[in-house]
Amino acid sequence: MEIIDARGLSCPEPVILTRQAMASKAEAYKVMVDNNTSKENVTRYAEHQGYKVSVEEKDGEYTLSLTR
Amino acid sequence: MKNEQMTIIGAGAVVGIIASLLVYFGNPANMGFCIACFLRDTAGGLGLHAAKVVQYIRPEISGLILGAFVAALVHKEFAPRGGSAPFTRFVLGFFAMVGCLMFLGCPFRMLLRIAGGDLNALVGLVGFVGGIVAGIFFLNRGYSLKRTYKLTPVEGGLMPALAVVLLVLVTLGPAFIRFSAAGPGSKHAAVAISLLAGLAVGALAQRTRFCMIAGIRDFVLFKETKMLWGFGSLVVAALLCNMLLGAVTGSAFIKLGFAGQPIAHNDALWNVLGLFLAGFACVLLGGCPMRQLVLAGEGNSDSALTILGLIVGAAFCHNFGLASSAAGPTLNGQIAVVLGIAVVTAIAWFNTKR
Repeated sequence: MEIIDARGLSCPEPVILTRQAMASKAEAYKVMVDNNTSKENVTRYAEHQGYKVSVEEKDGEYTLSLTR
Repeated sequence: MKNEQMTIIGAGAVVGIIASLLVYFGNPANMGFCIACFLRDTAGGLGLHAAKVVQYIRPEISGLILGAFVAALVHKEFAPRGGSAPFTRFVLGFFAMVGCLMFLGCPFRMLLRIAGGDLNALVGLVGFVGGIVAGIFFLNRGYSLKRTYKLTPVEGGLMPALAVVLLVLVTLGPAFIRFSAAGPGSKHAAVAISLLAGLAVGALAQRTRFCMIAGIRDFVLFKETKMLWGFGSLVVAALLCNMLLGAVTGSAFIKLGFAGQPIAHNDALWNVLGLFLAGFACVLLGGCPMRQLVLAGEGNSDSALTILGLIVGAAFCHNFGLASSAAGPTLNGQIAVVLGIAVVTAIAWFNTKR
C-alpha cells in the first residue's frame, strides 16, 4: 500500500501530496499527519474523491486509511 | 459535511457582526478588525516606529491569540511545534506587511472594506486572488518550507504570555507606551470590549480554521467551497449590521464608491499590487495574518516568528515612508512592493523542488 508521510507539513501540503499520490488510482492509501486541521482536510478531500476514511490516533499523530 | 458548512457560515456571520460592532464602539471605519493595521498600531504603541497617528497597543491582537490559546487547550489542540524555515517565515511576514500597508489593510479588512461599500477593496481582491494563484503555481510544483518538529510547552506558551504582557501594558499605560492623540490610532473601542471581541473571534477562528487565504486557495486547488461560505457570510453579516447601525444611529457606516473612503486610497494599480504581494506571501506562509495569530495561540512558534516579521515590517513601513495614506501610495512604498514581489518569488522558487 502507498504510504504518504505528511507529518509536520502544514496545509495544504498534505492534501496536495494525497492528490498527487491518487494519480496512481490505487484502491487504498495510508496518510500520516500530525494535526487535526490536516486530518480534517485530507479526510474531506478523500471523501470527495470517493474514498472511505478511517482514522487511528497515537501520541498526537494520525494515520488515515483511505479505501475505495 | 453539511454540518461543517453550517458551522462556518454561522462563524463567519458572528465574526462579521462583531467586526461591524467594533466600529460602532469606537474602532476606525471599516476597521473592526485589521490584523495588519493592529500590528502596526501595536508596533507604534511600543515605540518601534514614530508615526504619531498609528500608535496604540490593540487588545484585539492579544484577544485573538489568547482566544485561540484557550480554545486549543480546551480541545487538546495546543501543540507546540516549529522549525519549518523560521527565518524565511519572518521575511515572508515582513513583506506580507509591506503589501498590506500599500493597500491599507490585511485580507480581513479587505472583506470589511467591501462590506463598508469601499469598491477599492474589490479592486484589491483581484490582486489578492492573483497572489494566491501565484503561490498555488509553486505549491503544485512541490513548494514546501519542510516539516515542523515538536517543541516544549514553554516555547509554545511564550506568545500567549507575550499577549498577556501587551494587555498589561495597554491597561496600565506606563510612560514609555505611546497612545495616539489623533488619527486612526486614537480611535478604538474600550479595552474590555476590544479584548472580548478578540477572544471570541480567536476562539471561533481556532475551532473553524477560519483563514482568508484558505477559502480562495482551497477553492482554486481542490474545488473546496467550505471556507468560501464563511467569507460570504462574513461580508453579508457585516454589511447588514452596518446598514442596521446606520439606520439606528443616523450616522453612515456604509459609503459606496471609490473616492474618499475611510483610511484607503483609490490608486487601483497599487491596491492590486499590494494585495498581490500580501496574498502571494501568505499562501507561502500557509495562512493569512489572522491565521498566524491563531496558530501562534496553538503553540506554533513559526507563526510567532511570522508575527514578529509582520511587526518589524510595519515598523519599517512607517520609519521609511513605505505605508500608503489616504493621499495614496508613496514612491518608497512602490519600490518596496516591487522588491517584495521579487524576494517572495525567489523564496517560492528556491523552496520548490525541481
